[in-house]
Amino acid sequence: MPLPSPFHLRIEKLCTSFRWKDWAGYHAVSSFDHSHEREYVAFRQAAGVIDVSPLYKYEVRGRDAGRFLSQVMARDITRLGVGRVTYCCWCDDEGKVVDDGTVTRWGEEHYRVTAAEPSLRWFEQGMQGQDVTIEDSSQRIAALALQGPRSRAVLADCSDAPLDRLEFFRATTARLDGVEVGITRTGYTGDLGYEIWIDAHDALAVWDAVIDAGRAHGLEPAGLDALDMTRIEAGFLMLDVDYYSAPREVLESRKSTPFELGLGWTVHLERDPFVGQAALVAEQRRGVAWNLVGLEADWQELEALYERYGMPVSLPAAASRDALPIYRGSEQVGRATSHMWSPLLKKQIALASLRAEAAVAGTDLAIEHTVEFERCRVAVKVVKMPFFDPLRKRQP
Amino acid sequence: MAEGKWDAIVIGGGHNGLTCASYLARAGQRVLVLERRPLLGGATVSEEIYPGFTFSSCSYVVSLLRPWIMRELDLPAHGLEILPLEATFTPFPDGGYLLRDGDAERTRRAIARFSPRDAEVYSEFGRVMGELGRLIKPVIDRPAPDPASLDPRELLDMARLGRTFLDRGFDWLAAEYKMLTMSAVDLLSEWFESEALIAPMSVSGIIGTFLGVRSPGTAYVLLHHYMGEIDGAFRAWGLAKGGTGMVAEALASAARGLGAEIRTEASVERILVSGGRVTGIVLENGDELRARRVISAVDPHRTFLGLVGEGHLDPEFAGQVKRFKLRGSSGKVNLALDGLPEFSCLPGEGIHLRGDITIAPSVDYLEQAYDDAKYGRFSRRPFMDIVIPSLTDPSVAPPGKHVMSIFVQYAPYHLAEGPEAWPSQREAFGDAVIDTLAEYMPGLEDRILHRHVLTPWDLEKTYGLTEGNIFHGELSLEQLAFQRPVAGWAHYKTPLRNLWLCASGTHPGGGIMGAPGALCARAVLGQRGSAA
Repeated sequence: MPLPSPFHLRIEKLCTSFRWKDWAGYHAVSSFDHSHEREYVAFRQAAGVIDVSPLYKYEVRGRDAGRFLSQVMARDITRLGVGRVTYCCWCDDEGKVVDDGTVTRWGEEHYRVTAAEPSLRWFEQGMQGQDVTIEDSSQRIAALALQGPRSRAVLADCSDAPLDRLEFFRATTARLDGVEVGITRTGYTGDLGYEIWIDAHDALAVWDAVIDAGRAHGLEPAGLDALDMTRIEAGFLMLDVDYYSAPREVLESRKSTPFELGLGWTVHLERDPFVGQAALVAEQRRGVAWNLVGLEADWQELEALYERYGMPVSLPAAASRDALPIYRGSEQVGRATSHMWSPLLKKQIALASLRAEAAVAGTDLAIEHTVEFERCRVAVKVVKMPFFDPLRKRQP
Repeated sequence: MAEGKWDAIVIGGGHNGLTCASYLARAGQRVLVLERRPLLGGATVSEEIYPGFTFSSCSYVVSLLRPWIMRELDLPAHGLEILPLEATFTPFPDGGYLLRDGDAERTRRAIARFSPRDAEVYSEFGRVMGELGRLIKPVIDRPAPDPASLDPRELLDMARLGRTFLDRGFDWLAAEYKMLTMSAVDLLSEWFESEALIAPMSVSGIIGTFLGVRSPGTAYVLLHHYMGEIDGAFRAWGLAKGGTGMVAEALASAARGLGAEIRTEASVERILVSGGRVTGIVLENGDELRARRVISAVDPHRTFLGLVGEGHLDPEFAGQVKRFKLRGSSGKVNLALDGLPEFSCLPGEGIHLRGDITIAPSVDYLEQAYDDAKYGRFSRRPFMDIVIPSLTDPSVAPPGKHVMSIFVQYAPYHLAEGPEAWPSQREAFGDAVIDTLAEYMPGLEDRILHRHVLTPWDLEKTYGLTEGNIFHGELSLEQLAFQRPVAGWAHYKTPLRNLWLCASGTHPGGGIMGAPGALCARAVLGQRGSAA
């Protein structure tokens, strides 16, 4: 049975829908009300706050911490300065992705890694002989993601964080209603936003202060349904949805390299040895077989399809994780792993893994679409991601 | 570009003018849009009338904006974001209320407090109206078929429409016929028994008309509401972020991107006519601009009787234009509020403040409001439709503050003392609105930082809506489809060569729809058929 998160006492009172799910062994809200729509709108127009405590967190400390992380990550962490955050993934010896997350350098010899799956053993395997310790801080540290165009105003009203100087993917410590917290300008919505890292004992006080400050800014507590939509618009991947963790899979076909997931930009190949390096070098020389891309459906065709059945277009309000085949002509060239109607963009969009030759921007393909229990196809085009990338995300 | 090189000059930078300009520019035409005010949008406008507070001064809800226009012009990429309205809230003077929202079960329980029968019928009614709306939807996405026309394509269009109904069987035809002839209250009374439901639902049938909820023909206007809801499935119903002016701004950005030129503070004084042909326009500053054609996005009265001048019109046609009824019936009060007001029947913040708030407690209340108007007075206790956009879109007010948009009916343009008496009655009208509201929201007055009252007179003088009619002409049956604005001239063309109409005074009519603008552009370009 899932556990309550450090914010549970507050959140359970607000979750009038009783729509909960299990996230990494914790009770997590799908949507607070019967629909997630208000929460989604708050993320994009005002601000939303979501409990992300179930993320796995690891404190990596010691003189060799940076060197050690660089050995297990596909990214060179030795380049990461204090007070900076980076996004990265880590691979097995075959160069297949194990998990992805952020690394924040809180001090000269202190890093925090977030992960979607338990990763302690994986990290510990590479530690031998180095001055480094790893603490699983998952339960000790609570976390809130405060996201949306008004998130900065909310945080300014409840903390002393130097927000005007806190650039995209930077970290700072601050006092929030008298509580010492860590703040990173990061998030899973692809928008202006922050994540607040809190000692679990202080969780409720921080929650109250954030909610209180948010009142004047349209802040809404948000659940995972709304978050899922914003992360697809931002083009962010989700483990066990858009890709699978290599060590947990039997089928080779389910494993992916960073290049195949469109994460090539996070890989630093030419440096001291790291796990998976040889395989990734070889793949880069060979060229990738697959690519993860964005797709946009042809609305006219979708409308015409429904019209054939005498119906107006009807699409689910939430994002779907039911994978759908993608075709070029009669040949299947891949699958869409996350798809949704974006109320913001007024488009039906999808994240898809395609054979490299079909994954070129502008390519015309077709996606399976079921209407009235009949499987049909609708034209889609390969497009550049992210689907949504507001200026405010990076603006000072 | 040298003057005189324009393919088209569009008079009026409202949403239809801008839509028309975008489509023409998209087809490679050289287009110039002339707007009299410093701001674009006409009645689709956002204005910071009081510092820090952005009002959707006139129109305030986006419901019928055609989804195909949104897509074809890629308005989301030009900054248009539509935020949903979550509920419909009707407070009653006795302390009760009815709250309907997207949660079907919650809504059923709410209605059942008034009538368990109505609660069951409610969703069925929605389904039938939705289906009727779907059947007639093609009508608003195409030029109006003209039964008097000898053009076989017209007859084909008619036949296709008739076919849609015949295919569905006689019952549907009968239902549609009822929609066209009944009053909103009569239609609703066939379905429901509780006035708590009938009264607030009936008001969709009178918005912007000079009719009462018991007047025949108002049932049809209800249907428009449900058409908005069909498209609502694609989240096209709600508030524009930054106010409705953002619809105009997005359209303007699209138009400019496609090569159209837009000039503000460029007031057109008259349309140049020579030998029955329109050759251009004269600006107020005396500049003459020539164009292959002139497209008017202002209402038919202002176009023909004002800008063209009766002397250039066939007397028969001029008479018909004069008989085209405008007679505005509504006003608007916009409030800047120091904090969120509370309803005594449902205190505190909640979903009920995040949607439409309807002051329509009973059918008699609405009829009495109409009685005032019939005799040339504004309603002492008016019907009101209220939204508080700042709850969903904090960008329109300073932190913790709010804007409240109050649509008020009836406010007849033709007061018993004459329309020019409006300025002297403006504040009394505003007081009637606030006093009525304060009965439901005690303490509202104390929260008001600024009050912006728009009477039909102001709608005419400031926003150019003749007689303050928000739809450029009443949306009554005799003024719709092939009769809008004048029988035989419903296809955006006019009796004057090279002069076209592209705004709400043409088919399919008013509201932030964009269809008249887009369909006019199609007609100008000689394209036929459905725009969708």
